Amino acid sequence: MRRRTASGCQAASPPGPDRVGAANAGRRRALVLGLAALAMQITRVQAQDEPTVIQLVAKKFVFKPDRIEVKAGQRLQLELTTLDFAHGFSLPDLKLRTDFVPGRTVILALQFDKPGDYVFLCDNYCGDGHEDMFGRFLVSA
Amino acid sequence: MTNSILTQRRQLMKLAALGGGVVYLSGLGACASAVVGDAASDFYFVQLSDSHWGFSGPPNPDAANTLKQAVAAVNALATPPDFIVFTGDLTHTTDDPVERRKRLAEFRDIVSALKVKTVRFMPGEHDAALDRGAAYQEFFGAMNYAFDHKGAHFIAIDNVSDPGANIGAAQLDWLKADLAKQAKDAAIVVLTHRPLFDLAPKWDWATRDGALAMDILMPYANVTVFYGHIHQAHHHMTGHIAHHSAKSLIFPLPAPGSQERRTPLAWNPASRDHGLGFRKVGGLAKTAPPALQELGPDGAPV
Repeated sequence: MRRRTASGCQAASPPGPDRVGAANAGRRRALVLGLAALAMQITRVQAQDEPTVIQLVAKKFVFKPDRIEVKAGQRLQLELTTLDFAHGFSLPDLKLRTDFVPGRTVILALQFDKPGDYVFLCDNYCGDGHEDMFGRFLVSA
Repeated sequence: MTNSILTQRRQLMKLAALGGGVVYLSGLGACASAVVGDAASDFYFVQLSDSHWGFSGPPNPDAANTLKQAVAAVNALATPPDFIVFTGDLTHTTDDPVERRKRLAEFRDIVSALKVKTVRFMPGEHDAALDRGAAYQEFFGAMNYAFDHKGAHFIAIDNVSDPGANIGAAQLDWLKADLAKQAKDAAIVVLTHRPLFDLAPKWDWATRDGALAMDILMPYANVTVFYGHIHQAHHHMTGHIAHHSAKSLIFPLPAPGSQERRTPLAWNPASRDHGLGFRKVGGLAKTAPPALQELGPDGAPV
């Protein structure tokens, strides 16, 4: 093995404790770097798998937001809260519905496989204006 | 009844099922009156629906008079019906319990002018969903019940007092027990407010557990469902069971799912009936489908 000297000349080095230590240090550094790279990969995979959180707030007779743009295949986590009534959330195209009451957050996981407009609505009768309480997921490719 | 008339009825029923809002029998002139409401028929009843008493707004500038006009028209029918049914949304909704009772009382006073004194009421979600039918029951009693009339068995199902449009397990058990006393070929008429099938879930035109009711009804060979809620005549078949929705007495709504929002159709001053009206239902004791005749709020055929 040759090593570069301060003068830049290469000289044959006899084996000795300093060389063993340097080799071990190199292995440790490679190991650390490898672990770091692995950790970054794992983090990246986790980030890709984390659902997009959408907070949806209901009150008579609106959902906010009432237009939600997402992508097909995107994992979504819908967090439903209501300010004034035990509203219902219904997404007929996915045959998905739930009740939600004031003071509690209901979490729904969902994913749209295909692009399109998907209507969601309140399906618990909540008064004059109930018929207008709806929104849309606008799902792009 | 002759076979030709039976065949005609069946053809008309097919037309109705295919054509959605097609009105049948009304175009038959004398034949219609011969089928629904003449002395030769076993009996007929009148279905009124969705009067929304208390509503005011551009979709019906004459809202204060339409129900009264229909009451007068029913009273003027040449042959009075055996009875009358109101399939819900008697009043327009309000958050105010005092105002709700005021509207129910006013509605009751108006319809007390009906000469036919056997009148069966049912709630709609506008009457009953916000207080689970408390006020409604003070005025009109039970929200689900059954009765017999001249060989036909009538069952009123409440699918509105639960805000989530559930019939509920207790009422479904009651339905099953009531039907268990009927022959499988009995003439059975179901009265309800919302459709028992998924007509337009995106417009909340459905009953959440309606499929369970249909499962209970399905073994019976001669079942017809009359309902309201959608403010138009609409005809649908679930297997052998026919569903017929009634026109409103306040404003018409668009065809199911035909546009983004279920907003009332605009008032047309030139229209005679404004898409409103009521119907006569006859022939229920026969094995053939019932005969329907659609009338405007003034009682004239449409």
